[in-house]
This record gives sequence, C-alpha cells and structure tokens, in this order.
Amino acid sequence: MQATPRPSVQGLSERDRHELLKEARAVLAPPARRLFLRHGMTLGGLAMLGGCSVTDSDEAEQLLMKVSRFNDRVQGWLFDPARLAPTYAADRITRPFPFNAYYAESEAPVVDGTTYRLQVGGRVARKEPWSLAQLAALPQEEQITRHICVEGWSAIGRWGGVPFAAFLQRIGADTGARYVGFKCADDYFTSIDMPTALHPQTLLVLSYDGQTLPRKYGFPMKLRMPTKLGYKNPKHIVELYVTNDYPGGYWEDQGYNWFGGS
Amino acid sequence: MSQLASTAATPLAAPGPATVQPAWVRATHWLNVLAVLLLVASGWRIYNASPIFDFKFPRELTLGGWLGGALLWHFAAMWLLALNGLVYLAANIASGRLRRRFWPLSPRALLADFVAALRGRLAHDDLSQYNAVQKLAYLGAIALLVLVVLSGLAVWKSVQLPLLRELMGGFDNARVVHFVAMSGIVAFVVVHVVMVALVPRTLLLMIRGR
Repeated sequence: MQATPRPSVQGLSERDRHELLKEARAVLAPPARRLFLRHGMTLGGLAMLGGCSVTDSDEAEQLLMKVSRFNDRVQGWLFDPARLAPTYAADRITRPFPFNAYYAESEAPVVDGTTYRLQVGGRVARKEPWSLAQLAALPQEEQITRHICVEGWSAIGRWGGVPFAAFLQRIGADTGARYVGFKCADDYFTSIDMPTALHPQTLLVLSYDGQTLPRKYGFPMKLRMPTKLGYKNPKHIVELYVTNDYPGGYWEDQGYNWFGGS
Repeated sequence: MSQLASTAATPLAAPGPATVQPAWVRATHWLNVLAVLLLVASGWRIYNASPIFDFKFPRELTLGGWLGGALLWHFAAMWLLALNGLVYLAANIASGRLRRRFWPLSPRALLADFVAALRGRLAHDDLSQYNAVQKLAYLGAIALLVLVVLSGLAVWKSVQLPLLRELMGGFDNARVVHFVAMSGIVAFVVVHVVMVALVPRTLLLMIRGR
C-alpha cells in the first residue's frame, strides 16, 4: 500500500491539491470555515430527501456535532490505556515519510533551537520552561509505529524522544485533569485526553529516524501518539498546558472529531 | 367497479391478503436504505481525500462538502446502520422468519431459478416466497453489510481492535476490504432496484406490507 497518494489526471498530485485546499481554508476566517456543511454541499442521489435543505440547516450541523461529541465519549470508553499500537521492523519504514500540514512544506515554521524554550503551564507544579538540551538530557525511547492520517493513508516512521507520561510526572502535572493542550509555532493547536497523554507509547519527540527531528516533521518537537490520527499529533510545539477546560483544536473546531483515536 | 370499491373499503370485514412483510421488516428496510445512502455518499467523499485506486468519485454524488463534513455524516450514520442492522437480525432470528424465508437454499434450485431469471421466465405470482436467487442475493447483502461494518470498525479502531485488524489483513488492507464490501452493496442495490422496477408490486409490498 502506497502511503503517498498517486497523481491525479489533472496533473496536480493529491497532496498538492490538499495543500491548496488547506491553504484556502487557512485564508478564510474561522467562523466562515465552521459552516462546513453549507459550503459546496452536494447531495447527489439524496435529492429525494428534499434537495439540500436537510443539510443546509443549523440543526443538522448541531446534531452531527452532538453525535461527534458522543463518539468522543465512546472512544474514551473503548480506549485501553495498556493496549499498545503495533510496532514494526526498521525495513518497514515508509521512505520518504510524507510531509503533511495545512500549508506547503516550504512554509513550515523556522524555529531557532538555541533560543527555543518549551513553555509549560496550567495545572502543573513546576512551570519553568525547558531548553532543548534539558529535554535531550532526559531518558529517551524510540518507536517504529504506523502514522494514520484522517484522509485514510498511513505511513510507518521511526520517532525518538521523552515518554510523555514521565515528562508530565517531572513537571508535576495534575494527571487527574482532563486535557493536555498544545500550542505550536505554526499557530496550530490541539488537545488530547489525559489517558492518551499517559499512554506508554505517547512520546515527546525530538528525533526522527535517528536524526534531530527535521523542520518538515516538526522541529524542534512534536507529540507522537500511535493511538491517535495524524492531526492529533502536534508539530513545532512551543507550549503545553494541563487543564480541565476543553481546549479544542485547529481542525477539531472545524468539525474533525476531537478524540481522533485509532 | 362498485364491487372493487366495496372490497377495498371493507378490509376488516373480509380479511385481505396476508401481510407478507411485517412492519419491523419494512421499518428496518427503509432505515437501512437511509443509512446506506448516507454512508455511501459520505464514504465516497472520504475515499476522495486519499483514493486507494486510480479514480475519484464525482463530487456531485458525495455528501459532506469536505472531508470533515463527510466524516461527521459517516460516523453518525454508522450508528443507524449498525443498530438498525442488529434489530433486523435479532427480530429475524427470534421470529423464525430468517429460517422460514431463507431455508432451504439448494444449489440445484439456485441454478434452476437463475436460468429461469435470465430467460425472463421466473414466476412472481406468490410474493410471499423468495425464489432461490432472491434468497442468495438477500443473504449476500446481509453478509456484505456485516463485512462493511466489521472492516469499518477495523479502519476506525485499528489499535483498539487488534483481532479485527489482523482479520482484515492490517490497517491498509482493512480499507480495501471496506471498499470492496461497499462496492458489493452498491452492486446489490443496482440489481435490486432494477428487479423492483420489473416487478413493481414488490415495492408496494415493502411499503404497506401486502
């Protein structure tokens, strides 16, 4: 199975088309983007349901969002904190590992590693920021796992870094809180549930395939969770915080499922 | 004419034709139609985000507007398909209807009815009995719906449901199984609708039960 989608007949590769779309969405103001059901809605064979009126309504959108929140709870219940995602041999790694973001690879943020500090906040006891050298001095782990994109493709990669549960312990995080939120250098943001944050395969990633995490994969740091879809794995993290207030996320606020587990 | 009108007006006095499709069959059938339409149309939009094969579905035939919208529809309608399907199977088994209407199904009867169907000589005078080809087609549709749900679960929860994931041949292959099962269901629907158009009384049967 190819991880990189094939070029389409129009000449643009699927990935290019996605990037164009993602850029277009980024240009639109968030409230306009939120109304995802109103734009370009086509029902085709469902005309019998009364044309598009059924799906044009706020009620339909609200109902779908309610089901999505229900699906969050179902997934939280299905999530087994001890269940590990499959790991793979090094020869299964997808090369090249695909770049994926809502912008083009050339627009990935440039972060100065020497002045970089990871900010930690919210319900944590020790809020001192962390330099890359301090993080690199912590015990590290590696994993070769499958990254599954919400679009459907998947790719196997090799990530290394600090087990996130150990890091949360170290900063004195309130692990009874509900969420960990992330803010990124590219203005991306997302949040995860505490059980997933404490999962043994959740890594604060500093390296990819044995090298310092490159810019295109999220330098200086990303969170890697093989138990969650790609958009839940934030790159270029500059701040993380522990909270009981639902923080949402860049894609989640537009309609992607918040739990996003696999 | 007056005679016709009087028999139609007094269904209680003189028992009309027996109910061939009970209310629960009709209700679950039409709810299933809705669920399959929503899931196929939104599924095609999800497929288009990262096609497995060298084609995409025409945008006009898809539901959701963009990937996020399509996913919302898909992961809402999946509950309708699964719960409605469970009600259908439970009632079918508990009432003995499954056995009554689908048993026996012999290869010989299947071959005879298939040849008759191709020649356009299949009798439709007794719609309370399925012919062998119908039996196979409906059982096949049920099996495909079960497969589409199981492969869908393997795609959705590939980490949490390792047994299902391995049964489907891994995450990527589960997508292919899901696609193939969808294709089988769509093929069934096409043939099914053509057959109903050829014997329109069956449509009435599925609406009013007789």
